[in-house]
Amino acid sequence: MITAFLIGLGVMCAVVLILTLVILACDATIANYGPVRIVINGEREITVQGGRPLLASLKDHEIFLPSACGGRGSCGMCKVRVLEGAGDPLATELPWLNAQERKDKIRLSCQVKVKRPLRIEVPRELLQVRQYRTQVIGMRDLTYDIKEVTLQLAPGERIDFQAGQFIQFEVPPYALADEPVYRAYSISSSPAQHDRVELEIRLVPNGICTTYVHRYLKVGDGVTVNGPYGDFHLQENDREMICVAGGSGMAPIKSILARLAETGSKRRIRYFFGARTERDLFLVDEMRALERTLTDFRFIPALSAPQDGAAWQGETGLVTAVLERHVTSVENAEAYLCGSPGMINATVAVLKKKGMPVERIYFDSFG
Amino acid sequence: MSELLYFLAVLLSAVFTSNILLTNYLGMCSFLAVSKEIKTSLGLGAAVVFVMAITCPLNWMVSAWVLEPLHLEYLRFIVFIVVIAAFVQVLEMIVERVSETLYANLGIFLPLITVNCAILGASLFMIIRKYTLAESFVYGTGSGLGWMLAILAMAGIRQEKLNQSKLPRGLEGPAIALVVAGIMALAFMGFSGMGGGN
Repeated sequence: MITAFLIGLGVMCAVVLILTLVILACDATIANYGPVRIVINGEREITVQGGRPLLASLKDHEIFLPSACGGRGSCGMCKVRVLEGAGDPLATELPWLNAQERKDKIRLSCQVKVKRPLRIEVPRELLQVRQYRTQVIGMRDLTYDIKEVTLQLAPGERIDFQAGQFIQFEVPPYALADEPVYRAYSISSSPAQHDRVELEIRLVPNGICTTYVHRYLKVGDGVTVNGPYGDFHLQENDREMICVAGGSGMAPIKSILARLAETGSKRRIRYFFGARTERDLFLVDEMRALERTLTDFRFIPALSAPQDGAAWQGETGLVTAVLERHVTSVENAEAYLCGSPGMINATVAVLKKKGMPVERIYFDSFG
Repeated sequence: MSELLYFLAVLLSAVFTSNILLTNYLGMCSFLAVSKEIKTSLGLGAAVVFVMAITCPLNWMVSAWVLEPLHLEYLRFIVFIVVIAAFVQVLEMIVERVSETLYANLGIFLPLITVNCAILGASLFMIIRKYTLAESFVYGTGSGLGWMLAILAMAGIRQEKLNQSKLPRGLEGPAIALVVAGIMALAFMGFSGMGGGN
């Protein structure tokens, strides 16, 4: 009885051992592609160990492509142009690529395995994307549900970004997250500050990152972020500016205004900020101070549901209605919008009706 | 000559009369999940044919040369599963190395197949039916072809007919697919009796 059992056990172990050895041998020979060269934008060259996904290989060389799912091919964010060496898109990529992107040889970098020398094109601004280990040095309540978080970079580190761009905040595993989760937040501080970034984070019920920030994060904690990302940023020209934001959409606009103030801009700026009640308004004093610093800036908060009896002197109604009343000419103006998709769509409709061409409307929508 | 005819009979019966999908209802999950388009089901079908054709003789060798001499027949299930999983793993590496096109069309389905019960089923049936090594290869190929035939027929029906038809809401998706599979199984019953009452 015991012998039969031992023979069975021995054979089973032997079979598994042999098969494991076969797989390991194959992995070391068949799946070993050796060192492979990747040429980026025709100028920079890196050498990586072949056989791994492009996204991970680039990450090893501190080139961070945006990715929310961590390389499972389920977010469609890690797109990159592969000019040479990757063959045709796989079935796992096709749902994320439209006809134009397929023609332009856009691929999902998490699905492309590096096997032969590659020539790829990475947008220049992404090459500036880096990972930063930071420390929380400030937490302050802007409203009952929005917190301002200040992150200090490690000594000697420096971040360069354009006013309006965002970073990705890494949430470590905790009660609501089994694995690290990444969420994007706009930087609200001035791009002239290279050693720290400020974020404005609104509590979303059951939101993985917002709950972490509001309930767990405290001053002194370490936070890993990477960035900057995004093509929503201040355009350097002389056009009039119409800014529209709601809630934590304040953040990128605040950064843009700080930049304008620091460069002594003379542009005409009108900033419409939508909120429900006075409780939802914040940074009003800072905005009033900017009205004095900037040559031609006005902050126009609009309350959609002012409390009865409250001494609210400002505008009332939806921010789109207030915008419609205030804006007369859009001839030489451009618009910067940041807020919920609903607010953005309604605002774009108003601006289009006023005659503003869509290519002069820049927006950052948080869905 | 009669030997060849016999192999042909094994092959044809595996494809038609005892089609592993439609008579044994094995491999249903991928059959339902990947039968929406003819092109993808062709890729999956080809992968199944290939894996079955190889794993059947492979498992036959393990069974006849290792398990039976040691009276370890009861380990068949678990050993077969491990052998199939390892083989698929190695096969995926080879395909990926050898041909990009093949990998794109067939390789991405290989992980799906590892846990496909039709593959294990074919290996177990070949033992029950006491096939020889050569027969097990023919049987494996035939079972794979039969599975591919069934999924192609299903994909054809879904792509050409079901997609254009108005269905009651409760019957959409897998429900109508199962009804269609049942009718296909009935149709395949018509093949039994062919091949001289074997």
